[in-house]
Amino acid sequence: MKALLVGECRDGKLLEYSYELFGFASRLGAETAMVLIGTEGALPSYGGTVYLADAGRYGEYNPDLHKRLVQAAVEREKPDYVVFLHTSYGWDLAPRVAALLKAPQVSEVVALAEGGFERPCCSQKMRQVVKPVGAPVVLTLQGGAFPALVPGGTPQQEPLEAEGEARGEFLGYEAAVRKGVDLTRAEVIVSAGRGVGKKENLPVIAELAKVLGGEVGASRPVVDSGWMEAGAQVGVTGQTVSPKLYVACGISGAIQHLAGMKKSGFIIAINKDKDAPIGEVADVLVVADVMQFVPALTAKLAK
Amino acid sequence: MKILVCVKQVPDMESRFRPDAAGVWYAETDLAFRVNEYDEYAIEQAVLLKEQLGGEPEITLLSVGPDRVVEAIKKGLAMGADRAVHVRDPEAHLKDPFQIASIIAAYAKGEAFGLIFTGMQSLDRGSTQVGVAVAEALGYPCVTTVVAFEYADGTVTVKRELEGGVKGTVRLKAPALITCQLGLNQPRYPTLPNIMKAKKKEVSVIPVEQLLQQEARLVPAQFSAPAKKGGGVILEGEVADQVDRLIGILRDKTAVLR
Repeated sequence: MKALLVGECRDGKLLEYSYELFGFASRLGAETAMVLIGTEGALPSYGGTVYLADAGRYGEYNPDLHKRLVQAAVEREKPDYVVFLHTSYGWDLAPRVAALLKAPQVSEVVALAEGGFERPCCSQKMRQVVKPVGAPVVLTLQGGAFPALVPGGTPQQEPLEAEGEARGEFLGYEAAVRKGVDLTRAEVIVSAGRGVGKKENLPVIAELAKVLGGEVGASRPVVDSGWMEAGAQVGVTGQTVSPKLYVACGISGAIQHLAGMKKSGFIIAINKDKDAPIGEVADVLVVADVMQFVPALTAKLAK
Repeated sequence: MKILVCVKQVPDMESRFRPDAAGVWYAETDLAFRVNEYDEYAIEQAVLLKEQLGGEPEITLLSVGPDRVVEAIKKGLAMGADRAVHVRDPEAHLKDPFQIASIIAAYAKGEAFGLIFTGMQSLDRGSTQVGVAVAEALGYPCVTTVVAFEYADGTVTVKRELEGGVKGTVRLKAPALITCQLGLNQPRYPTLPNIMKAKKKEVSVIPVEQLLQQEARLVPAQFSAPAKKGGGVILEGEVADQVDRLIGILRDKTAVLR
């Protein structure tokens, strides 16, 4: 069994989570080769074959050509699996590769299952097992689901080229906006989620943060709704935090949020929904309405 | 210009999910359905573009699913879409993302849409495949995970959301397909007059058999709740009692109250 792993580069560097692909391949018991559209400086610590296409020529975001490069490597390696990470790069490119290869694709795999793969559904609350029909099988892996593995060694490079029309023009990266409080230094963070209900209820969260001597954070929907500044967002697209205490108020626990706070020392979640995915990482789940529970807690703590 | 917006109807995510009789997807009993949140951004972006272009583009909504999806269609029409296509399929939940994309592409093929907007994923299945697969089937260029959109003279400039708050800017020419990420815009609430007006808009029904030409590449085998990993404490009951118990835990397990 063979897995072709598709690594990721940004700004000429290999993204660290690319090593999770090796962790997955090891779990699968598959031989490996890697495809990388990058530079020699971005090669992984790995003794196998790396099909290296020059990012200077093909660009770091150029799906029309990247899909053909992956296809060219597939033709040479004839793998059973073509494996991406379920990231902005992977979920963008994988379906294009699947279309070219006329292959089944399973997205956001979290575990191996009998004859198939397990993946989350219903906003991470449930799990689904699906069985692919046909080969090769295209997979994207949920970040963190398979521990990273650094095989070590120096890769054997195989130059990779492809022809094709690039229909989009990548104009460049825009750095993250960092304003407001640096949450990464806070010892206590009280974060507001959609369960807070409306912008006018936010002072309730700020008051709890104040009595606990902490800062206020937010989940994505709160920022998207314009209730709070983007600088307060905790999660994959915001800040990654690890305070001593994290209080999640009305946050259901999208995987992107969990990835940004699950390393906190102690996690309290307040949520009406007992089955909310935040319960997976919480040390204490208080099953209650935020607007009833939080003011009562603040009042008692303030005494 | 003609614009297509693809809309899925999904259950409220705060629902309790139970397996259906076959054990491969959720049972629909007791579930409340609504427009997939990502698709609301797709509808809003199409309506904003129509407004920007002085009302010239015609916006078609398309939804694949059983009769209940008509409610999602009505909301999209009330937000400002002009007409709708309901691809009637009582078994849509058993089709894989590739088949759903093929159905949409089979409809869109002869229609020469200048722009197609979809959500970047659905809340229930979340494959992130359908939009891209529609683009591939039609031969359209496509950008996913879009959080900013501009259009001028047939050129689309968008920002993609990447990890760590970084964005990537991409420029491309219409026809193109855009998959919309949360936060792209502020989806409007339909006003009462627009809800009334929407009732007069055309909804054509196409049986799925007319558009489905592909075999499934994925077979759903099981649907279940995840195994509980953490041994976290769950506090239920009266608020006053929950407060006392939580403060007790905070004193025992953390240093923040010292």
